[in-house]
Amino acid sequence: MKAEKKKSVILWTLFKSTFLLSAFTFGGGFVIVSLYKKKFVEELKWLDEDEMLDITAIAQSSPGPIPINASVILGYRMAGIAGSLTAILGTALPAMIIISIISHFYTQFRTNHIIAIALQVMRAGVAAVIFDVVLNLGKNVIKTHRPLYIGLMIAAFAAAVVFDVSAMLIIIGCLCIGIIDLLISLKMKKKEEHV
Amino acid sequence: MPILLKLFLSFIQVGLFSVGGGYAAIPLIQNQIVYTHELMTLEEFTDLITIAEMTPGPISINSATFVGTRLAGIPGAVICTLGCILPSFCICLILAHFYYKYRNFSGVQTVLSALRPAVVALIASAGLSILLLGLFQAEKQNIVLSDFRVVEAILFLGALFILRKYKASAISIIFGTGVVGTIIYLLLGIPA
Repeated sequence: MKAEKKKSVILWTLFKSTFLLSAFTFGGGFVIVSLYKKKFVEELKWLDEDEMLDITAIAQSSPGPIPINASVILGYRMAGIAGSLTAILGTALPAMIIISIISHFYTQFRTNHIIAIALQVMRAGVAAVIFDVVLNLGKNVIKTHRPLYIGLMIAAFAAAVVFDVSAMLIIIGCLCIGIIDLLISLKMKKKEEHV
Repeated sequence: MPILLKLFLSFIQVGLFSVGGGYAAIPLIQNQIVYTHELMTLEEFTDLITIAEMTPGPISINSATFVGTRLAGIPGAVICTLGCILPSFCICLILAHFYYKYRNFSGVQTVLSALRPAVVALIASAGLSILLLGLFQAEKQNIVLSDFRVVEAILFLGALFILRKYKASAISIIFGTGVVGTIIYLLLGIPA
């Protein structure tokens, strides 16, 4: 009975959070991921930070909308398949409601002066939230004190911003570097055992 | 073929083949809706993308709903969105299952650890693009320095300060900058 109740509380919180975040998110998948990080890692403490970054990498590399991918994994983690479905509903519903209303008078919407101002200034707020999240995440990467990780962070940033390399390629590249890192550490371990 | 079935099948393909987020989906939707099935003109489609980018929510879900509503009302919106989500749901559920099964193996952790700094960098780069869009109203390759917007810069710094100092929630910050910024522009009487 108690477990049942706890699950319904989790599902409700999941729905409420994904619904509100989706309703206020503009821009691509990484925007909503940083909002998820703030909400589910910092505010609700449901996940740890590494887990959120892993979910982001999986969501980015899978086909389909990144926010939907991330909510499928996040929901599954919290409450299995029911959790996935709840999180999808929360993420998709605001977009569906807003768009089906707007599609009936989109010319007025597109030319409305006040809406244009509000949408433009909100970007400053969204950017501030992302920078806040990035400052926390970046600090933790630096705290690992591993030159490999700090180097990868700088190299990936340069690749994305300066050279316009796609996120997909950057993730695949780092995955390969991770595998090489694993092989080297396994080899070194084997050597130590021989000595 | 009935239109709902046609839309469903089109958007399953969009969901399945758009790797890398919303902007990857746009040409796929264009291909399905404008060229293959000729359900919309290119002009209507361009309007659609503008709206999908202006409104909150994932761009591909926005576009799916928009196309569905225009072509077949609310049932169309639901069918298109379902089609777009279905491949994601199946694939990510399987990936999530394996991730949680194997994530505690030390080897898997070593590989994932190399991935995490890159994800941080990618989030940072997304943040930078949206900041530049806020401050200059242009993508990074088309920035003109004289377009710099002081109001947005102050809003950004103020919001960041409140976030760092008081740990405010994301939604209150975004909503707050929207309200405060709009009031400032209306009081100043400057067209945005």
